[in-house]
Parts: sequence; C-alpha cells; structure tokens
Amino acid sequence: MSVQQTDIYAIALHHRFQWEEAQNCYVILFPEGMVKLNGGAGEVLNQVDGKRTVADIVTILKAKFSDVPDLENDIVGMVELALEKAWLRQVN
Amino acid sequence: MTQASLGQSVVQKEIQAQNNGVAANITHTQPLWLLAEVTYRCPLHCAFCYNPTDYDKHTQNELSTEQWIQALRDARKLGALQLGISGGEPLLRDDIEDIVIEAKKLGYYSNLITSGVGLTEKRIQAFKDGGLDHIQLSMHDITEEINNFITNTKTFELKKKVAAMIKNHGYPMVLNVVIHRYNIGHMRQILEMAEALGADYIELANTQYYGWSLVNRSQLMPTKEQIDEAEKITNEFREKQGSKMKVFFVVPDYFSDRPKKCMNGWGEVFMIVTANGDVLPCHSARVLPNMEFPNVRDKGLAYAWNDSPAFNKYRGDSWMKEPCRTCPEKEKDLAGCRCQAFMLIGDAEGADPVCSLSPNHHVITKAIEDSRNPVIAAQPIIFRNDKNSKAIIAGEMDDRVKEFHALP
Ligand code: SF4
Ligand code: SF4
Repeated sequence: MSVQQTDIYAIALHHRFQWEEAQNCYVILFPEGMVKLNGGAGEVLNQVDGKRTVADIVTILKAKFSDVPDLENDIVGMVELALEKAWLRQVN
Repeated sequence: MTQASLGQSVVQKEIQAQNNGVAANITHTQPLWLLAEVTYRCPLHCAFCYNPTDYDKHTQNELSTEQWIQALRDARKLGALQLGISGGEPLLRDDIEDIVIEAKKLGYYSNLITSGVGLTEKRIQAFKDGGLDHIQLSMHDITEEINNFITNTKTFELKKKVAAMIKNHGYPMVLNVVIHRYNIGHMRQILEMAEALGADYIELANTQYYGWSLVNRSQLMPTKEQIDEAEKITNEFREKQGSKMKVFFVVPDYFSDRPKKCMNGWGEVFMIVTANGDVLPCHSARVLPNMEFPNVRDKGLAYAWNDSPAFNKYRGDSWMKEPCRTCPEKEKDLAGCRCQAFMLIGDAEGADPVCSLSPNHHVITKAIEDSRNPVIAAQPIIFRNDKNSKAIIAGEMDDRVKEFHALP
C-alpha cells in the first residue's frame, strides 16, 4: 500500500476517533474493540478529516512540531499502518 | 446472554496494538469495558446460556432507568469507553432507547448484544437516531431444527429478518454463534450463512462451561476431533474469503493445556453491572465464596472499582498458590479463571484445572470422558427457564449439579 501526497483519507466506517480525557490519549473505537493511540499516532489521525490531503497534514504537523526531525516519514508511516489496520478509508 | 467473548477480543486487539507499539501502556487498572446486563429476563431458553442458574432470584429487583443512567455516567468518569448492553434479552426493557441516547451523549461506543427477539423497525430506528454504534446478533445455527431445539423456541425465521433489518439500517453486521455438539457439524454452512447475510464479523464462540452450559456440559461438549475439524473448516474459509469478513474462532479452554486469561485479569479492564445492580469483575463471580460484591445502589461505581475488597481480592498475583505462584507463565494467564477453579475444584485460589500443571487437571479429563459416555450424555438437557431456575434454587436438581462446588 503506497500512500501518495495527494491522497485524502477519512476515518473508516463504523469506527470512531475521539480524545479520551481519562486515558489522556486519542482512541479509535470500533465494533470489536478499541485501540489507544500514542501521542504521535493520535496527532496524525486527528488531522485526517476526509478533506485534507496527506501533503496538507504534513504541512500542518510540521508547523506544529517544528523541532521533530523526519516528520514526513513518520506521518506517511502512520497513515500506512492505519490503512493496513483498516482504521482509515481513502476518499479520493 | 450470549457468551460475550467479544469483550475478550476487545482486549486482545488492544494487546496486539500494544505489541506493535501503537497503543500506550496501561499503567493502572481502568474499566475500559462496561457490560450492562440490564435484565436476566429472556424469551429464549438456551441450553448454553451462561446467566446464573439462580437468575430467577434477580428478575424482580432490576435497576431503574435513572439508576442505569447514573451508572453510565459514573463508569465513564472512571474511563469506560465500550458499553455492552446485554442480558438476558435487553430488548425486554423498554428504556434501552434512553440508555442508548445517554451513552451517545457520554461518548461511549455502544453495543447492543441481543438475540434479536423484540427488535422492530421502530426500535432499531430509535437506536440509530439515538446513536447506538452497533448490534451484535446471536445466531445459534443455520438449521431451523437445531436452532429451535437448542433455544427451545421457534425463532429461526425471526433471526433472518432481524439480520436483514440490522444491515438495512447501516449497522455493521456482527454475528455471534455459540458452538456446541449440536451445531459444530454445520460449521461450513454457518460461515456461508454469515457471508450471505453480509456479516462484517463473525465470532464462533465455543461453549464455555458456566451457568446453564455447565449443568449441560456432558450434553453440549463436542469431541476434540470435531473441534479440530471445525477449526480447519474455519481456516479454509478465511483463506478463500479474504478479509471481507473477519472470522474469530474462540478455542474452548477444556481442550487446551493452559487456561484463558480470564477477563484479561480480575478487575483490570472489565466491569459488569448486573440487572439488580451488583458490580462484578466477571459474569459468574457471584459463585465465589466469602465475597461480598458491591452494588451500585450502595456506594457507587468508583468505590466498587477502586476500593471494594471484592475487586481488589484477585488483582496482581500475591493471592496465588503453587504451582502458579512460581510458574514462569503466570503473567500469561494469571492462573486462569477463579470461578472455574472454585466451581470445579472447590478452591477459588487454586490453578484453573484446565491447566495441565494443575494437580486437579483430572476433573477436566473426567468431564471430557463423561461427555463421551453415552449414558451420561443421554441425560436430558436442562433448558434455561424460570421453572428450571426455581427448581435448581430449591435443590430439586442437586443430582445434576452435585459434582460442582457452587451453583453454576
Ligand atoms: S437464554 Fe439464550 S438468548 Fe437468552 S440470555 Fe441466555 S443465551 Fe442469551
Ligand atoms: S500453573 Fe498456574 S500460572 Fe502456570 S500456566 Fe498453569 S494456571 Fe497458569
């Protein structure tokens, strides 16, 4: 699965992505379970909204976390993982 | 209720995710999964039901709508995320709509676990509008004959209709099929039926022996050969069918040599509130001796989870005895199920006898032998119903339950 800069993704059907105060992290909830996302993974999925392209997300997160090196690879890697896990669906 | 091993898979998912580094670690216990067993009343009479055999005692004092809503709020504050609404048959209550709306407001991912009896267009529309996230339908078998025999009712046509209704309302189709001697020979047809119904997920849950299924153990238990064959068919089906439908096969613990990590550990991630408000770490915990379980009517859920002696009793591993205490594998299974240990060997702190290292493992071997003994296996099935529950409470069936150390 190769993720392109122009791809647009949304959270998969029957999945819900939300911030969890009690866990202090983002989670994905779906019929058979839940996954807690660590900080970086949560930040990436939080930008996925069915409108932004991967390039948009990279720009936004680079601005937000300007001190993190090699952010782009991390972001693409996270999107790939999320796709593989079927947490995301491609919109375009 | 159907065997809610869906909850088990929740945790397995989470652990898998932890293994690949995505999830944060759980550093302290938290009731991530709240199971609301809103009623023990049920129109079906399943032979494998794992509600307590004395459920008849708990059908008169159900929590009110307001009490359920309060419980939902309190559990959410403790970190609960997944809500299972189960029973008995939850649809026998007419306030499930209100519970669903509140769950949505609070940010739960809510699951209705139902036999489908009582689900109408009007109700499912209300659930959809109220924000119910998904519905898990229990299907017993594809053949009408077996379905009606094992549930002791005539519900097969209805199940097909309900499955279509769920699908039409845009819900993911999650099927749960409890596997036992009477349907294990139909595995391929069951999977094909699930595919035809458009199931997104099917859980093939081998019967675990609690409640009524323990009473009927010799009648329900399939042979090892049948289980192996069923698993083989399941694997073939998975390969052929790809990832369109997820198939989850719950291996029966009696036939493995290590016990299951029951509820992912006592008081670790699961909290059950029963129809009458008892708060339990697992479905059958009330069989355990010298334990007083908290009730939401008294001190509330935060006390129950954090401070009650019952929830703390089997946390960690300091309560363990040999061979578990020094066992290198103890983190994997935490010595298995406390209820199974007590019911089968009379020692709630002993190793789950399913474990081949348990000095009491012979009770499992004997149970398997008994199930192959034509005389014992030919005893009539005791279906779950009010009359039989009353009879068990009154001690009229002592002969059938005499080998168990507590009323299952
Ligand atoms: S009788 Fe059947 S449907 Fe009713 S609660 Fe028990 S297992 Fe579920
Ligand atoms: S001896 Fe106890 S801890 Fe070790 S595997 Fe068996 S049940 Fe688990």
